[in-house]
Amino acid sequence: MENNTCLLINNISVVYHDVIQVLKGVSLEVKKGEIFSLLGSNGAGKTTTLRAVSGLLKPENGKVTEGSILFEEKSLHNQPPEYITRLGIIQVLEGRVPFKYLTVEENLRVGTATRWGKPYREDLDLVYHYFPRLKQLRNGLAGYLSGGELQMLVIGRALMAHPRLLLLDEPSLGLAPFLVKEIFDIVKRINEEQGTTIILVEQNANMALNIATYGYVMENGKIVMEGKAKDLKENPDVKEFYLGTTAKGVVKSYNEVKAYRRRKRWL
Amino acid sequence: MGFFLQLLVQGLSIGCLYGIAALGFVMIFKSSSVLNFAHGELLAIGAYIFFVITIWLNLPIYMAFIITFVGSFALGFLIERLFLRPMIGEALIEVVMLTVGLSAMFRGLLLVIFSGNTYVFSNFLPAWLNIRIGSLSISSVYTVTLIITIIFLAILGFFFKYSSQGIYMRSVADNQTAALSLGVNVRRVFALSWAIASIVCAISGIILGVINGVNVHAISRIGLKVFPVVILGGLESIGGAIIGGLFIGFLETFVSGYLSTSLRDVVAYVVLVIILMIKPYGLFGLVEIERV
Amino acid sequence: MRLRLRPCGNYKESYKEELPIFETDFGRISSLIGLILLFFVIPFVFGSYNLYVLNHVAIYAIAAVGLNILTGFTGQLSLGHGAFFGVGAYTASILMTRLHVPFLPSIFAGGVSTALVGLVFGIPSSRLKHLYLTISTLAGQLILEYIFINWESLTCGASGIILPKSTIFGFDLQTDRSFFYVIFIFFVIFLWIAKNIVRTKYGRAFIAIRDNDQAAEGMGIPIFRYKLISFAISSFYAGFAGALWATYVASISPEPFTFGLSIEFIAMIIIGGLGSITGSVFGATFITLLNEALSQGIGYLMNLKAFTGMVTIAPFREFIFGLVIVLFLIFEPKGLAEVWRIVKSSFKLWPFSY
Repeated sequence: MENNTCLLINNISVVYHDVIQVLKGVSLEVKKGEIFSLLGSNGAGKTTTLRAVSGLLKPENGKVTEGSILFEEKSLHNQPPEYITRLGIIQVLEGRVPFKYLTVEENLRVGTATRWGKPYREDLDLVYHYFPRLKQLRNGLAGYLSGGELQMLVIGRALMAHPRLLLLDEPSLGLAPFLVKEIFDIVKRINEEQGTTIILVEQNANMALNIATYGYVMENGKIVMEGKAKDLKENPDVKEFYLGTTAKGVVKSYNEVKAYRRRKRWL
Repeated sequence: MGFFLQLLVQGLSIGCLYGIAALGFVMIFKSSSVLNFAHGELLAIGAYIFFVITIWLNLPIYMAFIITFVGSFALGFLIERLFLRPMIGEALIEVVMLTVGLSAMFRGLLLVIFSGNTYVFSNFLPAWLNIRIGSLSISSVYTVTLIITIIFLAILGFFFKYSSQGIYMRSVADNQTAALSLGVNVRRVFALSWAIASIVCAISGIILGVINGVNVHAISRIGLKVFPVVILGGLESIGGAIIGGLFIGFLETFVSGYLSTSLRDVVAYVVLVIILMIKPYGLFGLVEIERV
Repeated sequence: MRLRLRPCGNYKESYKEELPIFETDFGRISSLIGLILLFFVIPFVFGSYNLYVLNHVAIYAIAAVGLNILTGFTGQLSLGHGAFFGVGAYTASILMTRLHVPFLPSIFAGGVSTALVGLVFGIPSSRLKHLYLTISTLAGQLILEYIFINWESLTCGASGIILPKSTIFGFDLQTDRSFFYVIFIFFVIFLWIAKNIVRTKYGRAFIAIRDNDQAAEGMGIPIFRYKLISFAISSFYAGFAGALWATYVASISPEPFTFGLSIEFIAMIIIGGLGSITGSVFGATFITLLNEALSQGIGYLMNLKAFTGMVTIAPFREFIFGLVIVLFLIFEPKGLAEVWRIVKSSFKLWPFSY
């Protein structure tokens, strides 16, 4: 293993409720200080991969049955989330779940749970620096925020925990394109300025590949393709399946989409 | 006028007492969304521990307080550990039924040990706390109740609003998965809220014992009275619990003073039903923020 | 005619084939045999005491089925079922003693009046989530208890009411055996109705509300109306059972209809299995037998010199019921119905268990 490896997932399988196998031998390697993007359609197993890392499989009744997950050479295999978050791995859940009845600032303070008792003022300032909008809203109830503000809030909340590895699950889901761009820019800045390693799970492949350095494509619980982000963007298959255009940049008709289903199995 | 004032003072202290009794209930509900139907039994257990230590073992008062607090803390912790932890992830309604079961179990156990008799504490409060203003006399228990209420209100309010642990507790109540994802130790939060609530219960149980004597049936009836109190005040609100308690306290004393003593025990529930019909989330409760 | 046995998969081709209650002729035949045994053998084999116990099982089972419709199927917990049982008992008793209404109309009136009382306490559920309904029924329990004791002109207060002899179509109902027939005919009818209610549109709406009320509302189910319907059905069952009980034991006082009885009913449906009609019968059987066993055991203990005056039955009963509720919820939340299903299917599949 190289020294600058942050997370090494080796051939893991995940089973829900002891019967439904979702991940079938996923391996990936994430290097320190970079943004990695994990692409794939619904049900491909992206979120499950994140949950396997962050230890949040258990509340969903899932289990890692095979393989190993190493974070800076420490095993995370079926560890409780309290342990994993203390190592600095924070997952930002899909669907922007705030603590509805807490104010914005209290929401951010929950992010300090991994280092309870330590001062947090500077971290608050840091979050407000990245998301000035949150500072204006800090005494309002989080339940009344808009979608974009919520996304800022949950990312900010995760930042409060001093993450070394940030797992972002579909931050662009259901947001207006200009908001997506704003949030992705901030994610990029966080990565550059704080040196936080980020795994970005996305369906919006275009945006994700723009800020990522490396990308993985998942399908049916397997990694089917990987490569540098800019190579992936040029890859004709990725273009067809995830960027929605042909190699020539024309939107495809439905008949041809059906044809791609057959081809996709070869990936 | 003198009668009115006397009732006012009595209502105030009984109201405060209901208020503190409800605080423990609100704490558990806030952190784990569990409606604890075994609340009255927690009050009774606190009172009985204190009773056994002071009267049967004849230990000094301060020792009794320390042992009661430690004991209740441990009891709350154990209840969470043994009975509620296996239920994590089950439907809320089953957890509520579990507390109903616990309540029957504890009440039965207390009745087996102490039977339905009423035991009397010797009044250990110093005499200078008996306040006399003109024709109005306030007994020391009521003074102490008032003071303790104010102290508790301040401590718990501060704890939930400003301390990190309090905010973690509220975050768990709000959304367990999200709290887990940020590294909040959910199990510790549950255990802690039960333990703290159990101490708060012990204190109100002791005061109840000093006022009326210790009797399993009476105390567990008062435990049920936290429901009108918290519904009135809103299930999540600490200040609301006290105000709800005061309201029910005044209501009961005035009804029994001017109308009929037997109505006293039921009037709170009549008000409860009416409130549920017209202002369902209580006077200070949170309106549920729902988005799909 | 071919005997239909259990298929090894779902081979149904039309909705019509989903309709029969019994999937196989085996189930149909065995219930027929059960019914014949119930009505033609048991009353003549069993003695008076055993019939007395059985009658209680059936009465409690009717009430428990009602609670299960509300709690197990609609997901609303009621803590006032014991008092509702009492409302039925009091209505029937008052009608029979004061107005000399005959037996049958009285017990039906018991059910109907309880359904109406239940609706009053069910109204808060219109705007509230289930936990608030629970609290509202708790208030109902305590208010009704108060009325039983203190409205003396109506309920005779603590001294209670002695009921006249019941007659049905000119037959005297005096012996345990004659009551056995009345009670068990109603038992079978009410069970059959309940089993069918939960299979109709209403039952499906209840289950939808239990599993996700928001989604149910989104699917166009008027949840308030259905919650109230469920509440009314459940209270009707409780009241009817209460009325039957009052006429059977022939004297009532406020004492039995306490919060403790409500807890007993909850224990029955938890032990039997939430959301299972058959389970409620198991639960009622279990609790009634436990009750009898406890009174026998305590009676035995009281006869021993060492324990004289030290033990009374009520606290023990309360403790054991609480314990049973807690243990079942933790270890077998689906109750005896699930145990029964496992036993049945392991027999069915034996010796090839997979």
